[in-house]
Amino acid sequence: MHVRELELDLDAFEGPFDLLLTLVLREELEPRDVDVAAVVVTFVERLAERERLDLDACGEFLVLVAALLELKARELFPDEDVELGDLDPEEAAEELARRLEEFRRMKEAARWLTERLEQERDRFFRLGPAPLAPRAEPRIAPQRPETLVAALRALAAEPPQVSLGHMALRFPPVTQFVERFRALLRRRRRFDFDQEVGGLSRIEQAVAFLALLELRKGGELRIDQAAPFAPIRIEPAAEGVRARDEEGEDSWNARSA
Amino acid sequence: MERTLRLISTHPLDDLARTLEALLVVASQPLSAEEMADAAGDDAERVEDALGLLEERYTEGRSGIVLEQVAGGWAFRASREEAEACARLFERPVERGLSGAALETLAVVAYLGPCTRPDIARIRGVAADSVVAGLVERGLVAESGRDEGGAVRYRTTPLFERVFGLESLSALPRLDDLGETTDDIRDRLEAIAARRPA
Repeated sequence: MHVRELELDLDAFEGPFDLLLTLVLREELEPRDVDVAAVVVTFVERLAERERLDLDACGEFLVLVAALLELKARELFPDEDVELGDLDPEEAAEELARRLEEFRRMKEAARWLTERLEQERDRFFRLGPAPLAPRAEPRIAPQRPETLVAALRALAAEPPQVSLGHMALRFPPVTQFVERFRALLRRRRRFDFDQEVGGLSRIEQAVAFLALLELRKGGELRIDQAAPFAPIRIEPAAEGVRARDEEGEDSWNARSA
Repeated sequence: MERTLRLISTHPLDDLARTLEALLVVASQPLSAEEMADAAGDDAERVEDALGLLEERYTEGRSGIVLEQVAGGWAFRASREEAEACARLFERPVERGLSGAALETLAVVAYLGPCTRPDIARIRGVAADSVVAGLVERGLVAESGRDEGGAVRYRTTPLFERVFGLESLSALPRLDDLGETTDDIRDRLEAIAARRPA
C-alpha cells in the first residue's frame, strides 16, 4: 500500500495524497482548507480493506499527516504562543516543511532508483569475491652497507665474561662443624669461637655458628659472651649448665636456633 | 603469412590493449586506470588511450562483451542484446525482491551517506534497522566509521553503483531536480479534473 498514492476526495482537493502535500508545500493550497480528518478517515478505510496491517504504510502516513496537521495548526493560530518545543511557530512550521520536502525528495530519489533498476535489468556482469592480490614486495629505502657492517660488527663482538662468582657459594654441612666442635671439646676444656673460625669464609663462619647452636640445643655445651661483640666462649655443658638454666636463657637459645 | 598478420595489428597501443583485456577479464570488480597501469607496468596516460581503443572495440552491437566505466573504474559486462540468454543461465540476485522501503533507504544512504540508522529513520519516519541490515547483507550498503555519538555510519558500496549502472555517486540526479515542476503539478491537476464527471 502506497501512502502517496492514497486517493483523496476532499472539498478543497481531489487526487493522490502526495500531490496534496506538494501543493501545500508549494503554497498553492492553503493548509487551512485541507480537511485533515477526512484524509485520516480515507487512510483508515483503505487500511481496513486489507487483511494485513501494513506497518510501513502506517508509519509513513503518521509522519506525513502529523506534519500536515501541525502546518495547519500553525497557520490557523499564527499569533498564539503555543508552547511546542523551543522553536517559535514560524520556525517550527519551516522546519516541518523542510522535513516534508526532504522526505518527498527522498521518495522521488527512490522512485528514480526503481526506474533505473528497471532500465538496467538487462545489464549482466561478473560478480564474485575479490580475487586475492599477490602480496606486494616490501620496498626498502636505499641502504648504506657501512651501517649494516657496523651493526653486524657490534653483534659479532665477543661478549664480556659473565662473573660466575656467586655460583661458587657453597654451604658446608652443619654436621662437619658439629663433629669438629665435639672433637675440640674432648681435647680442650674451653675454646674461643672467634679464634676457631677466624680463617674461614663468612658462609663457613655462619654454618659453624649454627653448629654451635645445634650443640647447645642438645645440651652438649655452654656458650658464654660477656657483652655484645665480645669473644664467644665455649665450654662443655657439664660445668655450670645448671646455673644457666636457672637464668632462663636456655629456652631463648633453643628457639632461636 | 607473417606479413599479413602484422597488417592486422598495426596500432601502437595494441600490445598494451591486449594486456588490459587480460586484466579486465580476470577482474571480478571494476579496475581503475591506475590499477591497470600498475599491473601492466605502463604509464597511466597510455592506459587511458588503450582503454579508449578497447571501448570502441567492445561496444553494444559490435561485441557480446561491452567495456563500460562504472563504479569508479572499468569493467566488462554482457551486451544488453545478450541479456535474454544470460537471464536463462544466471539471475541478478542482488536486486531481487528489493522492497520499496529498501529502495527508499538506499536513496537516503546514497544521497546523504555516510549516515546513521537514526538519520535514516528521521527522514523516513520509520525505524530503519532491519532494512539497513538487509541492504548490508546484499552488499549494497556497508559500514563506514562512526559518528561522534558512536552510531555506525553507512554508505553505498561500489556494487550499488554497478547494479544501478552508475559511473559514480555523482551520476545520481541532483535532489533539487527530482521534485516536480509547477507545470508537472498543473498537468496532473488537469488530468484529475478531466477524470472528474462534470
